[in-house]
Amino acid sequence: MTHPFRDVAIVAAHNTEQAKALSGHDSISITLAAAIGVSAAAGVDLEDVDGVLGSNANHVVYALGMGPVHTGAGGGISAVLHAAALIASRVCTTVLVADGGAGAYTDHASTAPWTRPGYEFVASPGLYTAVEFALVARRHMELFGTTEQQLATVAATIRNNGHVNPEAVFFGRGPYAPDDVLRSRMVADPFHLLDCSINAEGGCAVLLTTADRAAQLPLAPVYVLGGALDYLGPAYRHPPSWDLRGSGDVPNGLVGRRAAQRAFTMSGLGPGDVDVCELYDPFSFEIIRQLEAYGFCDVGEGGRFVDDGNIAPTGTLPVTTDGGTLSFSHGGGVVQMLQRVVRGVQQLQRACSGVQVAGAEVALCSNGGAGALFNEVLLLGAQRP
Amino acid sequence: MSVLRPHRPGIPVPRPTALTQPYWDGCARGELWFQSCEACGAAVFDPQHVCRTCRSDRLTWRRSSGHGLVSTWSVVWRPPSPAFHTPYAVGIIDVAEGYQMIANLVDCELDELRLELPVKAVFHPIGEGFWLPYFAPRRAAERPLASPPDRTPAPTPGGNR
Repeated sequence: MTHPFRDVAIVAAHNTEQAKALSGHDSISITLAAAIGVSAAAGVDLEDVDGVLGSNANHVVYALGMGPVHTGAGGGISAVLHAAALIASRVCTTVLVADGGAGAYTDHASTAPWTRPGYEFVASPGLYTAVEFALVARRHMELFGTTEQQLATVAATIRNNGHVNPEAVFFGRGPYAPDDVLRSRMVADPFHLLDCSINAEGGCAVLLTTADRAAQLPLAPVYVLGGALDYLGPAYRHPPSWDLRGSGDVPNGLVGRRAAQRAFTMSGLGPGDVDVCELYDPFSFEIIRQLEAYGFCDVGEGGRFVDDGNIAPTGTLPVTTDGGTLSFSHGGGVVQMLQRVVRGVQQLQRACSGVQVAGAEVALCSNGGAGALFNEVLLLGAQRP
Repeated sequence: MSVLRPHRPGIPVPRPTALTQPYWDGCARGELWFQSCEACGAAVFDPQHVCRTCRSDRLTWRRSSGHGLVSTWSVVWRPPSPAFHTPYAVGIIDVAEGYQMIANLVDCELDELRLELPVKAVFHPIGEGFWLPYFAPRRAAERPLASPPDRTPAPTPGGNR
């Protein structure tokens, strides 16, 4: 059977400047910079784009004088899969996915304000993102013996990837040893400060078109080998229980497992075929959880998998090679949901600043996590499926 | 170690809907309420329009024993806003009637927190007429807050369901 995305290619990925604060920018202006940047990198005029996706897509359309075009408000891996489906079904020929965050959060007395809405059953007990994800981590530690040291090893590994990446907000801030993470102040037990994502500003974008068109463009095309989304409900409203279930057999503690299995099935590949994992890292533990959910190790074995050095740049499965949300950037609302895809494309195009995995042909990208009741998975390849 | 205390005034108060008002009314009376499905018997919380298990809309409110076990927890040292004073503990509680809920853990020391710690709902006012459910170790819930720490072993989890 012909692969559903055989005729689809990602032709460029682009990060804008990332910083703790981008003076003079707001979320729209940095999204426009991402859109213009990816267009230039791809060698595709914005006049030839007939679909725009992202949380501010319609603003982008107007501000750049585009249109009429197809739009959609989703972001992240969801938007990339949407774009691939639009092209595969001939609804669109060339789709821009762009997002950005800047200037939105100025209340520095508050923590993670974008996930601090007044939801009825979480606001009064004092929950926010770190606490939601900590509840999942603690359950795993109690059930399987996962340790704070193992969490710290994840954080140090990814932060060290950012330390050597000149494009990372925390470039040069390391190197970090696990003990540095354990010595940082406690935020929400078991997470120390350095187990938690940073807060920064920036934009990013990817551009997709037909494989035929991609063959005429300057950069090596990257293909969508598979992907799917796992959702159990809205984030930060209901208990992020390990055991939360719907009608399926995947509990929230393994959310992403069904999506990964679907992605692998679509691609004809398995975990052993993945060269690099661009995993979403809102908190250190989420990496351990995703490695188990996707089948890179058994459930409960993620801590030991990390202890064995597998996720280091020199290991069997390098993870989150630009520094992720722990060090590269975390733009706030939606933009960081696309950043793992950008890095996966860069890996397969051999275009990475910092850690480049030699000979990478297959990249698994993700976003979300069990603390938010969802996980999105995308499998990218250098070879046309 | 510091004993975990209820929040001080000034934290966010809920904005109930018609669906959730019976729950908060119960809390204000010092009672924990949940929905029970008349069709399949499932316990439902937080409040829903239809049963998550069988999709029946025949949900009726019932009073919980308020007993439960700690499923997981986190001690928070960096609060979401200055209204919260740290440390405080957040838990997911396996409530005896068969549902889970988020609540703060109080009247215990930090190093007492553990998986399957037997707990009991207690209620404290948070302003604007709202009372928030908390959970305290079951032995601690029966003694006054002012008494010295009780060093007797907690009851075994076996008899608490």
